[in-house]
Amino acid sequence: MSEPDNQQLDNPYGRRDVAPEALARALKKLRARLPKHCLLTEPRALKPFESDGLTAIREVPWLVALPETAEQVAEVLAVCREEGVPVVPRGAGTGLSGGARPLSDGVLLGLSRLNQILEIDLANSAARVQPGVRNLAISEAVAEHGLYYAPDPSSQIACSIGGNVAENAGGVHCLKYGLTVNNVLGLKVLTLAGDELMIGGPGGDPQSLDLLALFCGSEGLLGVVTEVWVRLLPTPPERRVLLAAFPTVEGAAESVAAIIGRGLIPAGLEMMDTPAIRAAEAFVQAGYPTDAGAILLCELDGVPAEVESDVAMVVRVFQEFGAGDVQIASSAEEQARLWLGRKAAFPAVGRLSPDYYCMDGTIPRSRVAEVLGQISALSEQYGLAVANVFHAGDGNLHPLILYDANEQFGADILAACVAAGGTVTGEHGVGIEKLDAMCGQFSQAELEQFFRLRSAFDPDGLMNPGKAIPTLTRCSEIGGMHVHEGRLPFPNLERF
Amino acid sequence: MSEEFVQAVASARAMGQRLSIVGAGSKSGLTGNESSAEGRLLSTVEHTGIVDYRPDELVVTVRSGTPLKELNQALVREGQMLGFEPPEYRGLGTVGGAVAAGIAGPGRPWRGGARDAVLGVRMINGQAERLNFGGQVMKNVAGFDVSRLQAGAYGMLGLLLEVSLKVLPLPQAEQTLALEVSAEDAHARMLEWALKPYPITATAWLDGVLHVRLSGAEAAVNATAMIIGGQVRPDNGFWQALRDHSLSFFRSGTIACRQLAPASPLLPEDELIEWNGARRWSRANSGTGGYRVFGAGYAQHRCRDGGGDPAIAEYQARIKAAFDPDNLFNPELTDADVAA
Repeated sequence: MSEPDNQQLDNPYGRRDVAPEALARALKKLRARLPKHCLLTEPRALKPFESDGLTAIREVPWLVALPETAEQVAEVLAVCREEGVPVVPRGAGTGLSGGARPLSDGVLLGLSRLNQILEIDLANSAARVQPGVRNLAISEAVAEHGLYYAPDPSSQIACSIGGNVAENAGGVHCLKYGLTVNNVLGLKVLTLAGDELMIGGPGGDPQSLDLLALFCGSEGLLGVVTEVWVRLLPTPPERRVLLAAFPTVEGAAESVAAIIGRGLIPAGLEMMDTPAIRAAEAFVQAGYPTDAGAILLCELDGVPAEVESDVAMVVRVFQEFGAGDVQIASSAEEQARLWLGRKAAFPAVGRLSPDYYCMDGTIPRSRVAEVLGQISALSEQYGLAVANVFHAGDGNLHPLILYDANEQFGADILAACVAAGGTVTGEHGVGIEKLDAMCGQFSQAELEQFFRLRSAFDPDGLMNPGKAIPTLTRCSEIGGMHVHEGRLPFPNLERF
Repeated sequence: MSEEFVQAVASARAMGQRLSIVGAGSKSGLTGNESSAEGRLLSTVEHTGIVDYRPDELVVTVRSGTPLKELNQALVREGQMLGFEPPEYRGLGTVGGAVAAGIAGPGRPWRGGARDAVLGVRMINGQAERLNFGGQVMKNVAGFDVSRLQAGAYGMLGLLLEVSLKVLPLPQAEQTLALEVSAEDAHARMLEWALKPYPITATAWLDGVLHVRLSGAEAAVNATAMIIGGQVRPDNGFWQALRDHSLSFFRSGTIACRQLAPASPLLPEDELIEWNGARRWSRANSGTGGYRVFGAGYAQHRCRDGGGDPAIAEYQARIKAAFDPDNLFNPELTDADVAA
C-alpha cells in the first residue's frame, strides 16, 4: 500500500519523477504494441494537450496515447504499470479543475477515439456507449425514439461521457433529474493492474458494494472507463421557461426556497446577479432586465396538465417575493432566447476581463443570500469584481472572479462555502485546482481513508497522481488540516 | 454517544474481537440471524434522533438508530418523503439499517435507490476513526463518493453514525390503477410505458393484476389514468404493503428474488414482477436463473448478488480492507459475500 506521505518526495504531486531510462523503455514498448498514429511524441503535437478547460495550469505531456480500441487502452496501461509511468486519462479536455492536466513524465491517455455508440437498447431504456462519445450525441442519437440522456453540463456539445463519469458531472437540470451518478447504469473499466471490471448494467447495480457510485466522480484515480451504460428518459412533451426579475438577491433566494418548500422541483432553477446580468445582456442581448438585483430562470417540464399548474404556482411565488416583471416563454425560440444569456454568461464575463476564474462551491440553499453577501465583501476587500451565476436550485455557486493573478480571493470563497456547511466543489471536480481547499474540508484521517481506497485499485499510485486528493504533506505545508487561512495556495504553480 | 462507539471499536480492535453491527434487527433474516452473529453486538438502537431537517433544502440528517417509521412521520408532516421508500418492516427498521441494506421500495426506477438518496455520512471505520464524507448539499464531488458506497454495504466498511438523505416532496395527487392481465401482457405494458413521459412511479404485477401508481399534479394523474385504463383502487395501501414486504405473498414460505434488466424474458416462477420487470420475486425456490434464495418467512432483500465475478469480488475485498483492515465488522457477512 502506498503511503505517499511516508516517502521522500521529489516533486510536489506526491510522487517521484520517472527515471529517463524507464521512459525510454516505455516508449519502445508502446511503439511495439500500438499503431504509430495512436502515439504523439512531437512537441508540436503535444502542445494542444498541455491543459484541459483550466487553461491557467499547463504542463506539456511526455507522450499522448490515443487508442482506438479498449484492447489498446489495456496495452497502454500495461506498459505504464510495467515501467512505473503515471497515466493521466482525458476525455474531451473540457474539465474546469485541471483533472486532465498532463505530466511531463507521464502518458496522457486520450479516450476521444473511442467514440462509438455501441448499442441503443430501447427495451431497457438504456444505451451502451464508448467513453469518448459526446454527452449531447447520446441525446441526439435517441431523439427519434422520444428519449434523451438527462445530465447536461454546459459543455455538453463537447464534453465526453467518460469525462462526465470521471467528474460526476451535473448541469442545469440535475436538480430534478440527478447527476451523472444517478443516470449511469453500468460501466466497463480497466484498472491499472489489468483487470477488466463489468460494473452494473441495465438491470441496476448487481454488486454488494456499489462500485458504480465509487467510480462516478473518482477523477481517473481508480481506473479507465471503456464503456458506459446510460439510462434514457422519455422526453417531456411540454416545457416552459420563466424569467423573473427581483430587486434584490434576497427576494430571488427566498423564492427558490419557497418553490421547493411547497413541493415543486423545477427542471432547472438558475440565478444571476446584477454584474452577471449586465455582462450577459451586453454580450447577447437576451432581453434581461439590467436594473434588476437578481434574476431567476426557471424551467418547468412534464405532461401539459402538470406544466400548466406548475407555471401558475411558480408565478404566484415570484410575485409573492417581490418579482417585478415575469416573462413566460412557451415557444422553443423564446425559451432559447431566455436561456441564451445564462448560457453565454461565462464568455460574457470573459469579455470584461482578460481572465476569469470560475468557482464551484456548493452551499445549503438557505445560506445563499448570506454567502453572496460575503462574496461581495470579499470582492471589495480584494478589489476584484465578481459576477455570480449559479444553479440556485441546488445551491451550486459559480462566482466568476475577474482576476489578475490573485487566487487568495477564490480560496476565501471556498472557505466560506465550507463554513456554511457546503463543499468546495459541486460538479467541476477537485482536479489540481482545489487540492488546497480540500485540506480545509477534510481531516487527516479522512484524507488517509481516501488514499487507502485509491490503493485498493492502484497501489502504486500511477493513475492520475497528484489530483483530487491532496497529500498530507501538501496540507501541512499550507497550514495543516482544517485550517482555512492557508497562505500558500498553489505554491508550485507559476501563475494562477 | 458516538464517542462510546469509537471506544467500542477501538477496544474490539485491541482485543482482536469482531463486531456485528445491528440496528433493531428487522432484517436479521437476511443477514443471518443475530444468534448466528459471530462478533460482539454493536447496537445503534440507542443512537436516535433527527439532527437537522430543513424541508426547503430537501435534506434531512438523522442518527443511524432512529426508527425509519419516526423519520417517515416527520417527513410526512412537512409534505415530504424518502424517494427510495425503504421497508419499515413492522415499524422496526432503523434509518441506518435502511441505508446499510440499501433496499428500495416500489418506486426505485423512477425515484432512485438508497444510494441515490445518500448525500453524506458520519461513520467510524475499522481503525476506530470518526469520519465525515459528503455533506448536506445536493451536489458534492469533493473526494471519492464514500457516502454512497455505504448504501448496500451492510456495515462492512464501518459503523454509520449519521446519514444525510435527499428527500422529495410528496406528490400532490396519487392514484392506483389495477388491470387484470397476464404476466406477459403486464410486462409488455411496463416496457412500453417506460418509453412514455407518463407520471408513473410504480408498477407491480401479482396474482393476475397489474398495479400502476401515478403520482404528480392532479390534472396530470387524471389525464394519464384515462390512457392507462383499468380500475381505480380506493386507496394506495397496496404500495405500502409491497414496500414493507407485508403482502401475504411474502409470508408464504421461502422467498427468492432476482434483479435484472427490465426486458429480460419472464420465467414461469416470476410471481411478483415490479420495477418495470427489473425486480422479480418467486416462491418457487428453484435456486436457478439468478434467483437468490432466502430463509423462510423473510422476504429477501439482497437481490443484488455478487454475481460470482471473481475480479469484482477481489476489488470489493480490497475496499473492505481499506476501511476495515482487521476485518472487525460483520464477519458473517464478509465471509459470505465479499471474500473470494
